[in-house]
Amino acid sequence: MGTTIEITPQAASLSNEEILRYSRHLIMPEVGMEGQLKLKAARVLCIGAGGLGSPLALYLGAAGVGTLGIVDFDVVDYTNLQRQIIHSTADVGRKKLDSAADKLKAINPFVNVRKIETRLSSENALELFRDFDIIADGTDNFPTRYLVNDASVITGKPNVYGSIFRFEGQASVFATREGPCYRCLYPEPPPPGLVPSCAEGGVLGILPGLVGVIQATEVVKLILGIGDPLIGRLLLVDALGMKFRELKLRKNPECPVCGKNPSITKLVDYEEFCGIRGEEQAVETSTADIQVEELKRRLDKGDDIFVLDVREPHEYQICNIGGYLIPLGDLPKRVSELDSSREIVAHCRSGVRSAKAVDFLRQAGFKKVRNLAGGILAWADRVDPKMPKY
Amino acid sequence: MSKIHIPTPLRQYAGKQAVVDAKGGTVAEVLSSLVGQHPDLRRHLYTDEGKLRAFVNVYLNDEDVRYLQKEATAVKDSDSISIVPSIAGGSGWTEEWKDLRIVEWTRRRRACCCLSCG
Repeated sequence: MGTTIEITPQAASLSNEEILRYSRHLIMPEVGMEGQLKLKAARVLCIGAGGLGSPLALYLGAAGVGTLGIVDFDVVDYTNLQRQIIHSTADVGRKKLDSAADKLKAINPFVNVRKIETRLSSENALELFRDFDIIADGTDNFPTRYLVNDASVITGKPNVYGSIFRFEGQASVFATREGPCYRCLYPEPPPPGLVPSCAEGGVLGILPGLVGVIQATEVVKLILGIGDPLIGRLLLVDALGMKFRELKLRKNPECPVCGKNPSITKLVDYEEFCGIRGEEQAVETSTADIQVEELKRRLDKGDDIFVLDVREPHEYQICNIGGYLIPLGDLPKRVSELDSSREIVAHCRSGVRSAKAVDFLRQAGFKKVRNLAGGILAWADRVDPKMPKY
Repeated sequence: MSKIHIPTPLRQYAGKQAVVDAKGGTVAEVLSSLVGQHPDLRRHLYTDEGKLRAFVNVYLNDEDVRYLQKEATAVKDSDSISIVPSIAGGSGWTEEWKDLRIVEWTRRRRACCCLSCG
């Protein structure tokens, strides 16, 4: 295997403290002083300090990667703690960047942590990537995945990819000169709405740990130039079966970004590419919405309102407001259970699925159907604080 | 009969199985046998026009069939077929695929489908 990247050690030697800290690396011929100096000279950009980013950054920091850039503009949420192990309970409400940087410095003060508090975009990605040697993609949405891929190919930086869903994961190394890129594997994103987040699909907390450390391993291998990196290989992780399978990835000679005649040589509008440009407005301001306070007031008054709950049965068990349960996916075939002469208020967890339900019902001829804005979460916030939130 | 590996998000439409046995001499026949046994899978794998969905990759053993003979690729009994979806980190395929019809319908109307909220 040829050299994918060449990291040139900047320092001639390590301090006594560093030698002691990294002794378990130094005594291995595969690392040694030369390898540790390469780690110290390496600059790795971690996109995301969440599920995948947590173990990734922690292990790279511990390993002695000299410069760790972290890109995240989010704030630590209580629901993150189940899997985003770089953050602790005391960090809830803090910026993820600050929380992550604190933990990294505590583990290894020799690491230079660069906090990049920005939403990665076509305007800033290329300039940012040029300052680093390797990109580690720990994002959670398709537009950013494609953006990171394209920017990695254009700037010539390997993209160590990991992704997870529930209890399954994927890992690979994209965007090397000889190897494929993300678009070689997935030329097109799925249509929007087919790809919900952890909040909708759920994820086994340990899974990003498993996959994130695989990513960290690949980063270290690339820096040291040892082992067989996952170039041209897609590792499939099935945590429930504890099975690891591997599929061959080919570089697509017609790939619009990394192929022989690339048609994409600059960054594009990725939200438009993924089909979600201009759609953000629809859910926010809609005359089909009803606020939780108004629903509560009208139900208390005894108004005849049919509350339709379009969540899943297991969500209904967590909490409910006594609605009639028809999961969104079953709505088309169970629509006959609804009476279009009655006023219907549809709700889900946060208002997204129920907005789809309302659209569907309106097209099906239901005139008196509205969406509970903010869903049962808003109900728990503003009407019934005793209701659990999830 | 060859084996088909079913990715997590589709297992609920394949009787919760991770691996399904299917008959057929080509990839097309094997997938057809699969959706014949589990009809709910059809709309998740194929568009209304009967084409394999663009973000679904099919592998014969460890090779992407796009680089073989696509759906005409020959399949032996000892072979295994894998269906490999694109997943996006914290996001991914999910049981929301069962509301594919609603989503496809709303997509045509460019309704909002926020990727990262629940």
